[in-house]
Amino acid sequence: MAIKKFVVGNFDDENVLFPAVKRVRSAGYKIHDVYTPYPVHGLDGALGLRQTSLHTAGFIYGITGTTTALTGISWIFDVDWLMNIGGKPHIPLPAMIPITFELTVLFAAVGMVFTFCWLNKIAPGVKKHVFNPRSTDDIFTMVIECTEHTNVEQAKAFLASVGAQEINEQVAEDGWWWGTYDKEQVLYKEELA
Amino acid sequence: MSLLKYESSLREPLVDGDKTYHQVTEDICRPIEVKPLKSWYVGLSISLLLLLFGVFSIYRDVTYGIGQWNLNRTIGWGWDITNFVWWVGIGHAGTLISAILLLFRQGWRTGVNRAAEAMTIFAVMCAGQFPIWHMGRVWMAFFVMPYPNSRGPVWVNFNSPLLWDVFAISTYFTVSLLFWYSGLLPDLATLRDRAKTKFRKFFYGLTSFGWSGSTKHWQRFEALALVLAGLSAPLVLSVHTIVSMDFATSVIPGWHTQIFPPYFVAGAIFSGFAMVQTLLIITRKVLGLEEYITIGHIEAMNKVIVMTGSIVGCAYLTELFIAWYSGNPYEYAAFYKYRIAGPYVWAYWTMMTCNVVSPQLFWSEKLRRNIEFTFVMSIVVNIGMWFERFVIIVTSLYRDYLPSSWSTFYRPTIWEVGFFMGTIGLFFTCYFLFAKYFPVIAVAEIKSVLKTSGENYKKGMEHLENESVEVFAHDYLHGHDH
Repeated sequence: MAIKKFVVGNFDDENVLFPAVKRVRSAGYKIHDVYTPYPVHGLDGALGLRQTSLHTAGFIYGITGTTTALTGISWIFDVDWLMNIGGKPHIPLPAMIPITFELTVLFAAVGMVFTFCWLNKIAPGVKKHVFNPRSTDDIFTMVIECTEHTNVEQAKAFLASVGAQEINEQVAEDGWWWGTYDKEQVLYKEELA
Repeated sequence: MSLLKYESSLREPLVDGDKTYHQVTEDICRPIEVKPLKSWYVGLSISLLLLLFGVFSIYRDVTYGIGQWNLNRTIGWGWDITNFVWWVGIGHAGTLISAILLLFRQGWRTGVNRAAEAMTIFAVMCAGQFPIWHMGRVWMAFFVMPYPNSRGPVWVNFNSPLLWDVFAISTYFTVSLLFWYSGLLPDLATLRDRAKTKFRKFFYGLTSFGWSGSTKHWQRFEALALVLAGLSAPLVLSVHTIVSMDFATSVIPGWHTQIFPPYFVAGAIFSGFAMVQTLLIITRKVLGLEEYITIGHIEAMNKVIVMTGSIVGCAYLTELFIAWYSGNPYEYAAFYKYRIAGPYVWAYWTMMTCNVVSPQLFWSEKLRRNIEFTFVMSIVVNIGMWFERFVIIVTSLYRDYLPSSWSTFYRPTIWEVGFFMGTIGLFFTCYFLFAKYFPVIAVAEIKSVLKTSGENYKKGMEHLENESVEVFAHDYLHGHDH
């Protein structure tokens, strides 16, 4: 990961943050991320992030659990150690339902949580650059990534004009970016045109 | 999207007082960052002593075998399984609050879900002890897991409800733990970023997993919470259903009834909410969180208690009716000769009084909103629910089909009592540590409802309700700075 330069603006009200995000993006700045103390609904949309596919992953883990249970129990009862219990059916589906259900839930939950950690690159003891320690308290921190075209002073002035406070410049190791904005390498301004 | 947040002023605020985001963080995190009260040390010491008593009882049970217990020829399940079912039942409220109430969009869950989920995890830990140590030769406990082995291979019996229980309880524990911990991450990050001491910096740095509060992370966080809630909701129902099948699939009179699954689930929620009340009434007082766990929260939980208590009462009456209506003499005897009369009559009527009669008092709003009364009630309900399991287990076993083996009175030994006390010690030790080192209220979740349901914000909205429909709709649609 590269070390990059960022311009950081802090907001203390989400009602100021939303229009600011819109204007900063329209001005063509590359928003690295916005750090918020709680999930602000609609902010992901305003930043142009695509919906997460975590649910789909959960579904896939779930059906893996279902098939593991069904094939596992059937194999044990009918192949590995054939059990004839009073001539009852070899695949007693109703009796298999509880364990099948439990394994479906178990696989889905464990799989999703691990995927969640992996995608977010979080794990016990991981340390990341904190742009503003109060962004986990009551401050909404907008971080703009400086490219070779960015005029830092202009960016700072622009942030101030949209209502940001405590604007500063930080050099940090860049984390990740999964939004469509970066993937397409197309600026928002060009999209609009 | 409207920037105006509006909720009718008729709805009670979820957060009292004049709060800002920062104040919320301060209020909830402060107890963690100051020295605990003397009462905390006293409470923890008592819990640890109880836990030690439990450890010693288990040591004796393992060394001398479960002959240490007074289980006998017909009463093969006694205090151990009673306690197991009791604890599992208590462990149902947390996930119900966090999962089912999340799906039903019940705003009041935000104040109580963290502590309730923690309680669930600790209760399930206690429950798990009983079947494990009841095995006697506990070093062979791993035999319950299906794995290829050199004994045939002999597999576990997948048709047995006892094995379903193994899967249900372990899945329930794992999923509850993941749900609870993933929700804790943002709040642990808050503590990390506030940390002043070396220990807190290290501890919360380690446990917060490097959470940053990034928008994308929050988006995934919410997706994860929703899906885990969706998975946990049927899971909660399945766990106690399976526990009830331990009884219902047998041929013992008094157990062999189809009503067991819904009846057990309702009873579990009933006792779970009672335990949440017991813990939260103390917690809110000691940690000064009365503005977050308000009387409104307590009343909402009391409503759940009166509803589930009534369902349980309905089930008791149905059981009695069916025992007569089925015309089965054994079923009839189990209920009418050995339960509502006979040597265990006191247990049955304690159960009836505590579970069915007394919760009906909660129909009165005045009593529902009375803290002292609620506290007493929460303990009464848990005593009643303990007796319910005792009645179901012991009164169905003490007189079987062969009168010559009818056992005399079953009375636990000191080591059975010690084991139970030990789990109470374990539960409270865990809870005391949790209340000291973790935020007992979900900080981030309170912040997300603050501007809709906080008292001061609702007051700011009140003037809107006096406006004409046109003005209201205009403000609602186009945002309004208050």
